Amino acid sequence: MLLSLLNSMPGAVAFGLIWGIMAIGVYITFRILDIADLSVDGSICTGGAVCIMMIQKGYNFALAMLVAFLAGMLAGFVTGLLHTVLGIPAILAGILTQLSLYSINMKIMGKSNQIVNVDKYDLLVSLRYIRDVPFYRNSIFVISCLVLLLIGVLYWFFGTEAGSAIRATGCNRAMSKAQGINTSFYTVIGLMISNGLVAFSGALLSQYQGFADINMGRGAIVIGLAAVIIGEAIFSKVFRNFALKLLAVAIGGIVYYIVYQLVIWLGVDTDMLKLLSAAVVAVFLAVPYLKDKHFTKAFKKGEEK
Amino acid sequence: MLEIKNIFKTFNPGTINEKTALKGVSLTLNDGDFVTVIGGNGAGKSTLLNAIAGTWQVDSGSIIIDGKDVTNLPEHKRAKFLGRVFQDPMTGTAATMEIEENLALANRRGKCRGLKIGITAGERKEYKELLKILGLGLENRMTAKVGLLSGGQRQALTLLMASLQKPKILLLDEHTAALDPKTAAKVLDTTETIINRDKLTTLMITHNMKDAIVHGNRLIMMMDGKIILDISGEEKKSLTVEDLLHKFEEVSGEEFSNDKAILG
Repeated sequence: MLLSLLNSMPGAVAFGLIWGIMAIGVYITFRILDIADLSVDGSICTGGAVCIMMIQKGYNFALAMLVAFLAGMLAGFVTGLLHTVLGIPAILAGILTQLSLYSINMKIMGKSNQIVNVDKYDLLVSLRYIRDVPFYRNSIFVISCLVLLLIGVLYWFFGTEAGSAIRATGCNRAMSKAQGINTSFYTVIGLMISNGLVAFSGALLSQYQGFADINMGRGAIVIGLAAVIIGEAIFSKVFRNFALKLLAVAIGGIVYYIVYQLVIWLGVDTDMLKLLSAAVVAVFLAVPYLKDKHFTKAFKKGEEK
Repeated sequence: MLEIKNIFKTFNPGTINEKTALKGVSLTLNDGDFVTVIGGNGAGKSTLLNAIAGTWQVDSGSIIIDGKDVTNLPEHKRAKFLGRVFQDPMTGTAATMEIEENLALANRRGKCRGLKIGITAGERKEYKELLKILGLGLENRMTAKVGLLSGGQRQALTLLMASLQKPKILLLDEHTAALDPKTAAKVLDTTETIINRDKLTTLMITHNMKDAIVHGNRLIMMMDGKIILDISGEEKKSLTVEDLLHKFEEVSGEEFSNDKAILG
């Protein structure tokens, strides 16, 4: 029994890292732009669908992943336009994109799921590349390198003038406009980068599990948020640097999947897992609010005395 | 130079909340003018400043800065010409970003923001010197998050940010109203210093009649969406609060009833 749990650990780490990339995308909208973007539920599948279909057609996996990234950016662009140009609230704009992506993803794949066989095609990562392969082919190693690379690029980008403008937009729109920042433009850019990353993780996910499925993104935003929140809960006191904060989010993804495996191993009904995930996220989102409310009350009482 | 020609603004037109906040305001500021603006609540002072800043478009009339018609420019494009400090100390700065990052953002006002590094080593040195002028010790806390600063410190920083790229017009919207009297006086001092140093054309709203008289070379009073008094030159220099109250009664035909403005 315990052995089966241990056996499932490397897989959990690989899954966690892939979702960690997705969660970094969520972090960009949720924490940096201060927008809850629900398009990610659709764009993760778009990334997977584009990647699988291109690999099936014989394209190189690197090109397939690049196109998946661009497809995700396009999805973010649409959400961004709906929100900034047409004035639709961000959450609703995300839902509209997500729903339309369901149709688009069906059209990309032609049916509700598509597989790639790792024996037939050259893939970057796969369930099969976890054991008995040289370390540089090991999926955990490969994905770890990708995560570090992405964090490096994002760290650089958010330190540039344009990246700083995105951070300022998320922090204080009135101030940003007063400083000549086109907040609509940078909101769209932020959404594009976020959805690009999410689609990229979808491309990795579909290769890793060997298939893309129309429902693979269901509840993705909740898993992404869970990873963000877990990462912050564990490391917020230690990791102050931006790059380390992103690393914390990726590690949050791993922790999520290890706990996930643990819960399955404990024999919890797998149908209940989504409910459980949502409940965990709800609790963690509520804690800072309740804490704040409680503290303010205590403070006021203290003052009255 | 700023020219405002006959601008009108109505909020929520066609609803029960309809309010015409500006009723044909015309105003010309010459270069180097430091104009203080007073008036009761709802007189249209902040609306006038927001109209200049482009928070929304005016219904009619035109706004010209340095010969360029900016009436239809969106807020972020107009920012090129304007330095702004708001009433709420939270509004003028990005709380989750560092002091030096805020300054770097302001230093790029009106410029294209590309993939160059967001803040250079040279800028850091420059900011350190500029922060010393404020006398708040912020030069030693340049990587502190702005959210950790007090309201007065934030307003002083916002002033510095507004003047980093010399603005054509400096807009101050009751920027000391949320501060305690001592801090308010200090921030006003800093304001004076920066305006004199850079010879900035300034429009400053205040609730405090004394401040309005002491500062600047020209004073305007607003009521009900119009400018009802415009005093400058020698007349402004010899003005007292009593004079101002008399003039208000003369022009408006009613007593000045805003306690806050009288007592402040």
